[in-house]
Amino acid sequence: MELFTNQVLAGIATGAIYACMALAVVMIYQAIDHLNFAQGEMAMFSTFISWQLMQWGVSYWAAFVITLAFSFVAGIAIERILFKPLAKAPVLTNVAGFIALFAIINSSAGLIWDFTIKQYPTPFGSAPFLGSQLISTHQAGMIGVTVLLLLGLYFFFQYTRIGLAMRAAASVPESARLVGINTSWMVALGWGMATAIGSIAGMLVAPVVFLEPNMMGGVLIYGFAAAVLGGLSSPLGAVTGGFLVGIFENLVGTYIPGVGNELKLPIALALIISVLVVKPAGLFGRPIVKRV
Amino acid sequence: MTTLLNFKDLRAYYGQVQALHGLSFSLNEGSLTTLLGANGAGKTTTLRAICNMVRSTGGIEFDGKPLNNRSTESIVRFGIAHVPQGRGTFTTMTVEENLQLGAITRKDSAGIVSDIERMYAHFPVLKQRHTQQAGTLSGGEQQMLAVARALMLRPRLMLLDEPSFGLAPLVVRDLFGILGKINREDKVSILVVEQNAQLALELADQAYVIETGRIVMSGNAKDIANNEEIRKSYLGY
Repeated sequence: MELFTNQVLAGIATGAIYACMALAVVMIYQAIDHLNFAQGEMAMFSTFISWQLMQWGVSYWAAFVITLAFSFVAGIAIERILFKPLAKAPVLTNVAGFIALFAIINSSAGLIWDFTIKQYPTPFGSAPFLGSQLISTHQAGMIGVTVLLLLGLYFFFQYTRIGLAMRAAASVPESARLVGINTSWMVALGWGMATAIGSIAGMLVAPVVFLEPNMMGGVLIYGFAAAVLGGLSSPLGAVTGGFLVGIFENLVGTYIPGVGNELKLPIALALIISVLVVKPAGLFGRPIVKRV
Repeated sequence: MTTLLNFKDLRAYYGQVQALHGLSFSLNEGSLTTLLGANGAGKTTTLRAICNMVRSTGGIEFDGKPLNNRSTESIVRFGIAHVPQGRGTFTTMTVEENLQLGAITRKDSAGIVSDIERMYAHFPVLKQRHTQQAGTLSGGEQQMLAVARALMLRPRLMLLDEPSFGLAPLVVRDLFGILGKINREDKVSILVVEQNAQLALELADQAYVIETGRIVMSGNAKDIANNEEIRKSYLGY
C-alpha cells in the first residue's frame, strides 16, 4: 500500500510538470490551432538562461523571475517573426516551422552550453516533505507552484479584461475584431504566456532530469498526451490530463511487469492514440460541431 | 443634416471575383437607412467593406475621415458597431461577458456597468439569462444579445446584417421595434441590410436597392414602399 501511495504522489508531482507543458501547448493551440512541437525546446532554452544567470551569481528566485520575463518576450518575438507570417499558411507549412524552430533552439543550446548534463538546483531542497518519506520537498514544491500558476491563470482569464479579450479572440476571432480587439496581438500575448509557463515547467523539472539540450523531449510527449487526454480546447482539461498522465505513467511502470522505465514513453504515445480513437475531444474538450 | 457615412465608387473583390461595381451612396447622421436586394446582390459585402473585412477600392468616409486601409479593430474605435450575419455571438461565454466584450474598447468602467443595466432594461430576457452561456440562448435572444453587444460600444453608427434571419415573425417585429426606439432615443444612426423588404421599409426612413453590386434605386423609404413597380421588380412582394 505504501508503494502505491508513494507512486501516486510521485505521479502527481511529475504530473504537475506535464500539466504545465500541456497548459502551454493548449494556450498556443487555442490561439493558432496548431500544436507547438518546439514547446519543450523553448522551455529547455529558458531553463538554460536561468542556469546561466545563476552561474553568474544571480540568486535562484531572481533568475526565475528574469527567466520568466525573458521567455515572455522571446515567445512574443517568435510569434511576430516566424508564425505571424505563417498565419494563413497550410498546416504542413506550420509544422515545418515548428520543426525548424525545434532544431534551431536545440542546436543553439548545444552550441552555447554544450551537450553535457548539468546539475540544476532546487529552491525547495530535497528533504522528505513534512517528515514523510512519501514525497520530497521539491516534489511538493512542483505541485505547489503548478497549483498557484493555475489559480493565477484562472483569475487572469476569468476576471481581467485582457483575459476576456484573449478568450474572445481565441473563440470567435472575427467577432472579436468587430468589438475592437486586436486579435493578432492577442495571439502574440498567448505565445508569450505559453512560453513563460513552459519555462516554469523547465525550471521545475531540471533538478529531476538534469539540464541538457534534450531534457524536454520525453516531457513534451507526456505534455502532449496530457493535453490530448484532457482535451485540446480546455486548459482545465490539460491540467487534469497532466496529473492523470503522471499517475498513470508511474502506476503502469510499477505494476505491469516488463514495462519498467524503458517502456514508459511508449505508454504516453499509446495513450495519445487510444484517446484519439476512443474520445477525440478528450475528457473536457468540446467536440467541434459544425452546422451544415 | 450632416452626412455620417459616404461611399464613392466602392468596388469590392473576393479573390478575382468582383462583388461590388462602383457603389456610391451616403447616410445621414441620425437616420435609419436600409439596404435592400436579393441574395448575392452585395449587401453583406457592402457592410464588410465598411469594416475592411473584404478587399475594396474607392472611398469610404465616416464623419469626414477616410476608413480605407484601416484594420477592422481600429474602425470599431470610430464608433462603428457591426452586427454580422449569423450574429457573431461568443457562444462559449456568458451573456454578461458578451456585453462586456462589446465595451472592450471603452475605458470608463462605471459607464460600462450602467450601460449593462441599461441593456437589461431594453432586453429583460438578457437579465434573466445573464450568467447563462450565450450559445444556449434561442435565435431571437441571441439577436437581442448581438444588438445589445453592439450598443455597448456606444456607437454612432450601427451596421446590422439581416437581423431578421431565422427568427419567428413576432420576434422580428419586436426586434425592429427596439431598433426604431434605439434610433430615436439614443440617436444611433443605423444601416440595416435586409431581405425582408416590407418590414425594413416600414422601419427605415431612407432606402437603397442594390442589384448585382450596383445601386439601382434610392430614396425615401415610404416612396419606395409605395412604388408598386419597384416593389414587384426588385423586392418581390
